[in-house]
Amino acid sequence: MATIDAPEDERETAGVGVGRGDEPLLSVEALTTAFYTDRETIRAVDGIGFDIHEGETLGIVGESGSGKSVTARSIMGLVESPGRIEPRSSVRFRGEELTDLSEKEYRTVRGGGIAMVFQDPLTSLNPVYTVGNQIKEALRLHQGLRGEEATERAIELLEAVSIPDAARRVEEYPHQFSGGMRQRAVIAMALACDPDLLICDEPTTALDVTIQAQILELLEDLQEERGLSILFITHDMGVIAEVSDRVAVMYAGETVESAPVEELFRSPKHPYTQGLLESIPGRHPDSDRLRTIEGDVPTPNAAATDCRFAPRCPEVFEDCHEVHPQPVAVGSGDEDHHAACLLYPEDTSRDAAVEHHVERKRERTGGEGE
Amino acid sequence: MSESVDPGVGEAVTTGPESAVETTEGDVLVEVEDLRTYYDDDSLFGAPVKAVDGVTFDVRRGETLGLVGESGCGKTTLGRTLVRLERPTDGRVLFDDIDVTTLSGEALKEWRRNAQIVFQDPDSSLNDRMTVGEIVREPLDVAGWRSAEERRERVRNLLDTVGLQEEHYFRYPHQFSGGQRQRVGIARALALNPEFIVLDEPVSALDVSVQAKILNLLEDLQDEFGLTYLLIAHDLSVVRHICDRVAVMYLGHLMEIGDTEELFADPANPYTHSLLSAIPEPDPTARKQRITLRGTPPNPRDPPTGCPFTTRCPAKIRPEEFADVGDELWERVEVFREVLRERNRADLSVRQRVKRLLGRRTQYDDVDEVITDLFDDAPVDVPEELRGHIGEAADRVRAGNPGKAVAYTDDAFSSVCDTEKPAYYAVSGSGRESFCHRHGGGYESVDDVVERKRSNDGLDV
Repeated sequence: MATIDAPEDERETAGVGVGRGDEPLLSVEALTTAFYTDRETIRAVDGIGFDIHEGETLGIVGESGSGKSVTARSIMGLVESPGRIEPRSSVRFRGEELTDLSEKEYRTVRGGGIAMVFQDPLTSLNPVYTVGNQIKEALRLHQGLRGEEATERAIELLEAVSIPDAARRVEEYPHQFSGGMRQRAVIAMALACDPDLLICDEPTTALDVTIQAQILELLEDLQEERGLSILFITHDMGVIAEVSDRVAVMYAGETVESAPVEELFRSPKHPYTQGLLESIPGRHPDSDRLRTIEGDVPTPNAAATDCRFAPRCPEVFEDCHEVHPQPVAVGSGDEDHHAACLLYPEDTSRDAAVEHHVERKRERTGGEGE
Repeated sequence: MSESVDPGVGEAVTTGPESAVETTEGDVLVEVEDLRTYYDDDSLFGAPVKAVDGVTFDVRRGETLGLVGESGCGKTTLGRTLVRLERPTDGRVLFDDIDVTTLSGEALKEWRRNAQIVFQDPDSSLNDRMTVGEIVREPLDVAGWRSAEERRERVRNLLDTVGLQEEHYFRYPHQFSGGQRQRVGIARALALNPEFIVLDEPVSALDVSVQAKILNLLEDLQDEFGLTYLLIAHDLSVVRHICDRVAVMYLGHLMEIGDTEELFADPANPYTHSLLSAIPEPDPTARKQRITLRGTPPNPRDPPTGCPFTTRCPAKIRPEEFADVGDELWERVEVFREVLRERNRADLSVRQRVKRLLGRRTQYDDVDEVITDLFDDAPVDVPEELRGHIGEAADRVRAGNPGKAVAYTDDAFSSVCDTEKPAYYAVSGSGRESFCHRHGGGYESVDDVVERKRSNDGLDV
């Protein structure tokens, strides 16, 4: 389950209930990651929040520049200078706050608890070591396995990701693997330390559809066997529809909508999500022209004081330029569907809805500033 | 369709691999005949890369023909050959009845006005040191088109046509977004009023919302200027949206070509089936059973002798003597063959070669584990004859000769798919053609076999 952001009262109690059955595996709150350059500050991720429960797949979808990958890197503690995770952000994994960890402490989480698969398998493999060596390195660092034992475990892992003839392939170098095989090897490395959460950052974007199908099938099998939770980042709506249980749609560093996957595709509420779905070729085979979203994705430079989608929004009205919309429940009976748009809640007058957002914003920022 | 008015389904149009999709309906702009483009074919060592290996098709005036396939299947090489950015090894490309493969010098330059290309990556196909105006004007300058003043005027009009502003003339490519850069590339292709444009993955580097704008623009331009497109893409939803006809390419060959809607709704070739079933649909409620192909496409330096798709085909014809072996067991045999081929393909490191020279075994010479994994827990008993063949192949591997093992299994387990190239068969009344032995008489239909595969969960490799 993932919500854009838990209401205030739930948030306070969340820290107490560690070990509760329904405690999310990963809980992200108010995560803000900014990059400070001489010219400008870029708030690549700006106050997003979501939960991932055990065995669940959360899909994050958005266009390039929406902050998807920075979100993944922030969770993994891989944000490098000039980037910085802002003080109020919180990333809790199995109840433990990760943003306070030192680099050394983080290393036990990375690989051990959370592992990551990147877009381009060739850049995540070292060309001068055999694939086996690289898997064995992870085994040595995290599980203290060496020698024969490590080799055997590496072969088992390659078999687990369906690489035929694994005993031989373990001795080969990355360049001797095809693209799909490489991505399998990277997944094997990620699995080496039995993680609970696998972050997949566009893992199939560089692959052909037939190979993509193989990898998606593999991830599904692994999730079933090992009870993995997956955070799946992609820009491909087709892939999102196929892999996710829940979806969060990102735009300019913020989550604009989140919902269970079927609900999101059936009744998207945020005008951006609607536009995104409309622009996919083939969803409306009868219409000749594809619907488009005018304009470009803005770069978020300062804390939002308005709706970042307003300049491109077909539904825009005056208040959109003055009020920063907050996530509100929009589901029909389904409480997990949230959208950050001044059009909602739908059952009140427009002025009341806007007031609701102003009120929520004040609550969330604790009356500070703005 | 060809001269015969209505060729029956399942009837071979021609018998050779040089078969054709000929057409009388619509006016043909480009005729491609048995075109081949090989790379490295003058090399002293090894075989050439057969990027395009004998394709024949027509592009009709005013249509959009889609060309789809996986990376490395030769679709980009084919597109580049059509506009003479590559020199074909063999075959003809007739453009308004002129064979352009033989053109050179002034004649080539003159013809090139008529055939342009838009490249995939707008980052690398525009010169960063030239202004947008200069980039779009370059083809006009090269062709010596009218006066300088008229050229500048033409560029301003072109920028306007593709949805850019006139004041963008003096800006540099890095000041533009990906979508805008692609518009510049399109404006440049339009500069000389071509009839035919090859669009090489024009939207695959773009986000969906931007992609939609470029696709709409391309359709508008086609209507306005009566353009003919060859659209190369790997995104099948784009192809379905924009193309009138589609050609599906695999390992240098056309596997199926025909009307878009028909091909998507009722694919004939096993490869088209697999490709279509692999696309994730943007609809979470769609529950389709995928056909997951095993392995990767073969090396184009060393393509299979028979059908190019034979090593991965889900509907491959079995040799008669093994007709009664169960599907799952047979799948294991095919996996075993794939392992042997992989081993034969693998380059041995110096260390391993020395080891072998010293008479010591390397891990390449051990197949027992593979055989145990594949066949010991097989669902049914492995028939004696099959086991014999596998043992024979294994002996050759143990002797350090994976090549001979491959040759042995090729011989023992081969069917018509391994040994003979299929013909093109008409598979519908509209002239759609498919390159597969199963359309010939006497075999179970592709649909039935694929349907059965979908329902049994095949061995996952």
